[in-house]
Amino acid sequence: MAREEVTLLGMWASPLALRIEWALKCKGIWYKCIDEDLLNKSQRLLTHNPIHKKIPVLLHGGKSIPESLVILEYIDETWKQNPLLPEDPYERAMARFWAKFVDEKCWTTIPGVFGNERGDEQEKSKEKAIEELRILEKQLEGKKFFGGESVGFLDIVCGWIAYWLPFIEDITGLKLVDETSFPALSAWFKAYLSVPWVKELLPPPDKLRAHLITFRQKLLSSRLLNI
Amino acid sequence: MATSDVKLLGAWPSPFALRVHIALNIKSIDYECLEENLLAKSQLLLQSNPVHKKVPVLIHHDKPICESLAIVQYIDEAWSSAPSILPSDPYDRAVARFWAAYIDDKWFPWLNGVANAQGAEAKKAALDQVREGLVVLEEAFGKCSKGKDFFSGDRIGYVDIALGCFLGWVYVAEKRNDVKLLVEDKMPGLAAWANKFCEDGTVKDVMPDKDELLEFANMILEARAKLNASSNN
Repeated sequence: MAREEVTLLGMWASPLALRIEWALKCKGIWYKCIDEDLLNKSQRLLTHNPIHKKIPVLLHGGKSIPESLVILEYIDETWKQNPLLPEDPYERAMARFWAKFVDEKCWTTIPGVFGNERGDEQEKSKEKAIEELRILEKQLEGKKFFGGESVGFLDIVCGWIAYWLPFIEDITGLKLVDETSFPALSAWFKAYLSVPWVKELLPPPDKLRAHLITFRQKLLSSRLLNI
Repeated sequence: MATSDVKLLGAWPSPFALRVHIALNIKSIDYECLEENLLAKSQLLLQSNPVHKKVPVLIHHDKPICESLAIVQYIDEAWSSAPSILPSDPYDRAVARFWAAYIDDKWFPWLNGVANAQGAEAKKAALDQVREGLVVLEEAFGKCSKGKDFFSGDRIGYVDIALGCFLGWVYVAEKRNDVKLLVEDKMPGLAAWANKFCEDGTVKDVMPDKDELLEFANMILEARAKLNASSNN
């Protein structure tokens, strides 16, 4: 089963698809990546993820697995080398708890800063985002990575923050994470992005910046028109 | 293992706490149940779940574990002997996790949305959405159960726990809005499953009485309505 072809339906600018590529690369799994057009969704995407119609979707051995956290655990359970989740059940429960926290909270508030213009809404999102990042900071205290000495499940789950946040700060003109207030997180941003298989998969910075600027313009104008 | 080794901080109306009760029962684990007053949370709860300050929290060997599905998976892994809660095959596990995530991220917010909907039109739309979600879950049930009683087959498992915990609240929404959500002719699989779930040995004694839950819901929602009315004056 593990030797069958692995395909990822993703999108070059998607943080969630990047999680999956990182996991596959970390485990040394060869895969094919198909860039989906999210404005004009393919029959292939709609067939493989009929419920949510979203990327990422992992195709393996004739089966389709959507939802990034579900895919990460599937990858970890199918290919046992370089385990992502710790072995201890308590540590695994902690990793799953924090993954849910990041996906429920940070995944909403950080883009919330981005998707709002200067004003009350943006300020509220910024404060919430900082509060949540402070909670993550505490988790990192005394550790190089969320996984300890080496990269693990939670690092891959949180990894998008390390790369995307500086772009969001730059485009909005708002600073959320500075080295003085967030020493552990700042150090982790550098450490994570220096990992070779993390670095080689990062979307090109100029291309991502341009994409995010356009994306933000569309978001803001659709809010204005209440689309 | 001493009873005090395993503690569950719960609250009787909480469907999420119910998930943990059921999981502990599946594994025949002795545990101490500490009932939380959600209007006056204990120091133990606030210390054990400082991030969310919510039930359920499982405390095992003095270590707290939070988030109901993380707890259920923990129980499955820490007490790894049969019966299993999640299947052993990685793809089947992925399917189970997918549906549990759908229930938590999509369907339950819709169910919750019914109580929050203002006005007849909004209420109807909210109820329709819950029903549509159940139609999706009916199809999932057909594929997962493969003709057996539960999503997991012969015995209650992960998705059964994830969805079954809400059956009392589905009853509450049906009674309060005078509608049927679990419609037998549209969802025959789920309708039969619901009965079997509620009768199961691991569920029967820990599931709150539906009419007590209705009384509780009425009380909470009337208090909330009064609060909203007075704050609007």
